[in-house]
Amino acid sequence: MSARAVLRGGLRLESHKTRPLEQPVQRLAAPTTAVLALDQGSGEEARAIVPPGACVRVGTPVAAGRGAAADLHSPVSGTVRAVEPRPTVGGAGTCVVIDSDGRAEREPASRPLAWATLDGAALIERLAAAGLAGLGGAAFPTAGKLALARAAGVELLLLNGAECEPWICCDDALMRECAADIVLGARVMLAACGAARATIALEDDKPEARAALEAAVAEAGDERLEVVLLPAVFPLGAEGLLVAAVTGREVPQGALPPEVGVVCQNVGTAAGVARLVTAGLPALTRIVTVTGSGVRRPMNLEAWIGTPITELIAACGGYDDKQPPVRLVAGGSLTGRALGSDAVPVTKGLNCVLVAAASDLPARTTEMPCIRCGDCAAVCPVGLLPQQLHRAVQADDAAGVARFGLADCIECGCCDYVCPSAIPLTARFRAGRERQRLHEAERRRAAEAKARYERHRRRLDEQAEAERRAFEEARRRARGDGAGDR
Amino acid sequence: MNSATLLPALGVAAALAVALGAALGWLAARLRPDADSLIERIDALLPQTQCGQCRYPGCRPYAEAIARGEAGTDRCPPGGEATARALATLLGREPRPVDPLYGETQPPRIAVIDEARCIGCALCLPACPVDAIVGAPRFVHTVIESQCTGCELCLPPCPVDCIALQPSPAAASLPQASTVSL
Repeated sequence: MSARAVLRGGLRLESHKTRPLEQPVQRLAAPTTAVLALDQGSGEEARAIVPPGACVRVGTPVAAGRGAAADLHSPVSGTVRAVEPRPTVGGAGTCVVIDSDGRAEREPASRPLAWATLDGAALIERLAAAGLAGLGGAAFPTAGKLALARAAGVELLLLNGAECEPWICCDDALMRECAADIVLGARVMLAACGAARATIALEDDKPEARAALEAAVAEAGDERLEVVLLPAVFPLGAEGLLVAAVTGREVPQGALPPEVGVVCQNVGTAAGVARLVTAGLPALTRIVTVTGSGVRRPMNLEAWIGTPITELIAACGGYDDKQPPVRLVAGGSLTGRALGSDAVPVTKGLNCVLVAAASDLPARTTEMPCIRCGDCAAVCPVGLLPQQLHRAVQADDAAGVARFGLADCIECGCCDYVCPSAIPLTARFRAGRERQRLHEAERRRAAEAKARYERHRRRLDEQAEAERRAFEEARRRARGDGAGDR
Repeated sequence: MNSATLLPALGVAAALAVALGAALGWLAARLRPDADSLIERIDALLPQTQCGQCRYPGCRPYAEAIARGEAGTDRCPPGGEATARALATLLGREPRPVDPLYGETQPPRIAVIDEARCIGCALCLPACPVDAIVGAPRFVHTVIESQCTGCELCLPPCPVDCIALQPSPAAASLPQASTVSL
C-alpha cells in the first residue's frame, strides 16, 4: 500500500544520516550517577516518591506519573543522593539523582509478561506501571494514549517510523536492528487498544529498515500488520500529518487522532513494549543519535535514561578538535532546542544530540523585514499563512492570532528555513504561545479574585447588617425594660 | 390644487408619520444600549486586584465610573499599558498611558507576612479584599500566595508593620525561545 494523500508544503532536505548508520547501535554502560529528570520531555513533572538516602535497584519506581508524565524507574542500583533542581533538556527542572553501587541488581518483580492472557485494560495498566512514554520526542505516556484510543474504539494503530529530520536516525537504526521487537510491540499494543490492524509507516529513503520490517512482519505471520512507504518529505513524521498521509483523514482542529479512528505510537515505543513483555523491563533505555560535525564518531547509542550527555559524547570519541562544536542541540536541526550545557541527562524524549560545528550552521544573517514573498505559506504543511500570523503575534493581536491559527502551528520550522529575510518565525510563534498561556492564566486569576472579592463584600455587608440588627434589638429591649421599671 | 387630492396625500403622510414614530419609539425602548453589559465588559478588562488605587473602592466601582463617563481609562496602575489600551479600544476613546498620579505600574507582587513579628491581631483579615489572609486572633497569620493580588490594602492596618510586598513567584518571565535552524 502506498500513501493516500501527499503532504502539502513541506521540504525535501539534504540528509545527514549516513555516518551514524555506518555502524551498529552501541550499548552504553550504565552511568555511575544517574540523573532522572522528573519532566522527561512532555512538559509535566512526575512526582518523586523516593526520599534522599533511599536504596533503589534497577527498575525500582522513583517517581509516579501524573497527567502527561509517565512513571519513572531507576536505571541503576544504588542510593538516592538528592531530589534537586538541575539543568535538563528543557532548561532546568527537578531531578532524582542516584549514585550507582555498580552491582546493577534488578528489581525482583521484573518478569516476562504473559501478554496473550491479559485483556486490554490489564495490559494498559502494566504499560503504565512500566513507565512507557512516547520515544518520538513528546514523551507522552503510552498507556494514557492507548487508554484514550481504547475508549474511542479506534480502528488503526499507526506506528511512526517516519524520521524526517535531516540528522536524526535513531528510529532508522532501531528498525534495521530490532524489527522483530517492533512487530511484537505492535501486536501487544493492538491487544491493548483494541484496534483491528496496525500499519508501520516509514519513508522510502530507508530501504534497509523497510526490508527488515517486512521480513519481521512475514515471520510473525500476523495479517493485521502491514508496512507502508511514504515520500521522504519534512515534516511528515508529525503525528497529525502522518495520520492524514496514511489514512487520508484529517485530524480536526484541537482534536487527537483517536477522533478519526487512529492511534499513533513511535516505533521505539513499540520496541519498549516488546522489552517489557519479553524481559519484564520497564522503560530504562532509549536509542539516541549523537551526530554533527563537532563530534569525532557520530553514531547511535542505546543509552540508559539519566545518563549525562557528556558520557554519550565521550563514547563517540569526544568533541572534534578540528571542527570545534559551537552549539549543542537536543532533537533535530529544525525542531530541536539549543542545550545550555552538556551535563544534562538523557530523557525519554531525547532522540538526538546534534553537536553542531560552524560548518553545520548557516552563515549568520541578521533579521530583515518581511517582504511578503509568501514562501513560508507555500511550505507550511498545515496550510497556515506564517507571514500574517507573525504580524498578529508581534502585535499581540489576540483576534488575529486566533484567526491565522497559532493553535494549529506544529512548530516544524519549515517557514524559518525558507524565509529569505531570516525571520525566526517558529521562535516567535513559540513565544506567542507562551504569552497566550500567561494571558490565559492572568484572566483566570482575575476571575477568581473577582469572585472572592464579591464573597468578601457580601460577607462584610451581612456582618454589618447582623450587627445593626443586634444593636437595635438590644436597644429595644433596653427601652422595653426601662418602660417596665417605670 | 383641490382638496380631493390633497386630503388623501396628507392622510397617508400622517399615517406614515404615526406608524414610523411608533416603530422608532418601540425600537428605541427595546434596543437601548445596556449600561449593565458595558460595565461588565469594562470590568472584565480590569485586573481585579481591588486595590483602590484608582480612588474607587474596587474594580467594579471604577468600571461603573468609566461607564458613566466620569473617570478616564488611565487610572489603573496594576493593569498597566495593556489594560489602558484595551479600555480605550473598547470605549473608542484616545488611548492614554497610566497617570502616575494614581501609582506606578510594577511587576506583580504578593504580600508576605513576617511570621516572627506577627502578633495575631487579626486587623489585616477584613482589610484583604479577596480574603487571602488566613488567621485568627492570637494566632500567626499567613497569606495564601496563589490568591493574593498584591493590592497593599493589608499594609496600613498592620500595627507592627510585619507585612511586606515581594515579587510574585507565579509571575515567571517569558522563557527565551531557543530554536535553532541549521
